[in-house]
Amino acid sequence: MDAMTAPAPSDTPLLSIRGLGIRFRTAQGDWQATRDVSFDIARGERLGIVGESGCGKTITGLSMLRLLPPRVATVEGTIGFEGKNLVDCAARDMRRVRGRRIGMIFQEPMSALDPVFTVGDQIAESLRVHQTISKADARARAIEMLKRVGIASPERRVDDFPHQLSGGMRQRVMIAAALICQPQLLIADEPTTALDVTVQAQILDLLRELSASSDTALMLITHDIGVVAESCTRMLTMYAGEVIEDAPVDDALRRPLHPYTSGLLRSLPHLSERRSKLPSIPGRVPTLNMPTGCRFQPRCSHATQGCERPQALLDAGDRPGSGRRVRCWRFRDIDLPGVVH
Amino acid sequence: MARRSTTRIIGGRLLQALPVIFLATFIVFSILKLIPGDIAVTLAGDNATDARLDEIRALYGLDQPFFVQYGAWLWKAVQGDLSRSLLSGEPVIAAIARQFPNTLLIVFIAIIISLTVGVPLGIAAAIKPGGVIDRLVTFVSSLGIATPYFWLGMLLVDLFALRLNWLPATGAKSLSVAPLDAIQHAILPAMAIAAGGIAAISRQLRASLMDILSSQFVRTLTAKGLSPSAILWKHGLKNVGVNLLTVTGLLVNNMLAATVVVEAVFAIPGMGNLIVRAAIQRDLPMVQGVIFAMVIVVILVNLITDLLCATIDPRIEA
Repeated sequence: MDAMTAPAPSDTPLLSIRGLGIRFRTAQGDWQATRDVSFDIARGERLGIVGESGCGKTITGLSMLRLLPPRVATVEGTIGFEGKNLVDCAARDMRRVRGRRIGMIFQEPMSALDPVFTVGDQIAESLRVHQTISKADARARAIEMLKRVGIASPERRVDDFPHQLSGGMRQRVMIAAALICQPQLLIADEPTTALDVTVQAQILDLLRELSASSDTALMLITHDIGVVAESCTRMLTMYAGEVIEDAPVDDALRRPLHPYTSGLLRSLPHLSERRSKLPSIPGRVPTLNMPTGCRFQPRCSHATQGCERPQALLDAGDRPGSGRRVRCWRFRDIDLPGVVH
Repeated sequence: MARRSTTRIIGGRLLQALPVIFLATFIVFSILKLIPGDIAVTLAGDNATDARLDEIRALYGLDQPFFVQYGAWLWKAVQGDLSRSLLSGEPVIAAIARQFPNTLLIVFIAIIISLTVGVPLGIAAAIKPGGVIDRLVTFVSSLGIATPYFWLGMLLVDLFALRLNWLPATGAKSLSVAPLDAIQHAILPAMAIAAGGIAAISRQLRASLMDILSSQFVRTLTAKGLSPSAILWKHGLKNVGVNLLTVTGLLVNNMLAATVVVEAVFAIPGMGNLIVRAAIQRDLPMVQGVIFAMVIVVILVNLITDLLCATIDPRIEA
């Protein structure tokens, strides 16, 4: 079990996920989206989850707040948070966690806001759902929050409707609504993907700064390793529904242990050295017919005999408690290039 | 962003309506001219001499060229004079004032019935798609759309008027003369045209509410900790409001048209009866006047719908 190999943290982690498996009922039969996902998030930690589209990172994020459609998705395993298992706690308890203890922001800041309510209403709403507070006080808090997320003249903007704001400002509003109750954890699912590059950097700075100043842990889900390198302390790599590597960001960038992580790093244009052609990982992520054993094996240049055996997430710390884990039995034999030297 | 003032919006919209009024009355005028037959013959009687016919034509301006006739009518209409009936000599405006309230009463009651039944059905269906209520709503609304309202009207008369004797079938008086009596007489015809209205409203509401409840922002609201009922009643209904208003506005217009037939079934002295009678007898000023009044009501309904939509949805500039 992965629970055995998980790092033993010095104090109890904020969030503890064990054996998370998500299955979808489809017309073609069941589809196992994630399998045996286990990891912890410590208080105030900033964890980046990376992987190609379809690797299960977004689904994992949505399952934290039980936002997957219950008709088609079944979730097994445990998500331990503040003494509750979020996988099967009562709907009432779940609602008290959502927005209050764990906030969440999404990729599309336009469609993620209700178009017919003002942004002030929508920020104040997060507060008013969870505590008794007068309308005027909630509004004042919303203005204060708009200011904190860096929106100019918040007293005026509070009465704007979402369509009157730019994409970056909408994402700031989303962040304000997600953080106004001072949650312990903020899940950000591709928060900058839909934004301009310059705005992306601003939003990432904001997330990092708010997380640090309020000691809010951050779970940043992205396909962009650059984003993780910039804003996170730890990086979790997912492939075909499995966690394949878990490492502090600096270690992962310097010396990745899984061939897939290494491939991802080297395919980054702005982190790799200047070359004529970017290296890419051949092949595609398997979705339906999973290879037995290592799921990356068909695309892996290091694959040999033995890779067809089931792979466990191995403890790979060079020192005990460093929290490095990798799902590759050959990690000691192969030396993989990173991007930072 | 500065929003235009309401008065300016209304003014602009009314200005846009002028060509519509002009075109509608012009088309009706043309069609009535194209219909074979001569009103002068009707007025003069079967055995009138040619001289007598010419005299009558001159009296009513029927000898004038087509455009002159239309121009004369329009000029007077603009001044508030819709001429007189060729047959009874009654001012057209007086006939409309007498008959229109009965028609509006039917449409009003029909809309109330459609909304009070259709809205709860649509919401119930949207909450559990594929559930028992949803399938029932789909079935009933298919039936409601497919049933001809005049036939439904006759069934209603048979049941409520002839068998149960709860409501009167025919013999309605004008709303201004006997209000209670007019309301009693309006209920059955309103029920007849409300069947289609219930169907339209419940279907539209179901579709657009389901659409809204599966949109991205509902996921955000869930992630903020809102309960499903708070999401439905606060965010769902406000978002669906524009759609509901639009459907209701269209429905009012459709129902106005439907009264033409339904009033015949129930012998209601409304606009429908007025225009049918006038058209058969080629009472041109009367037909023109009724169309004119209907067009104005439709334009007003559309204007009110648009203004209400703009107050609900900030993205709409009326």
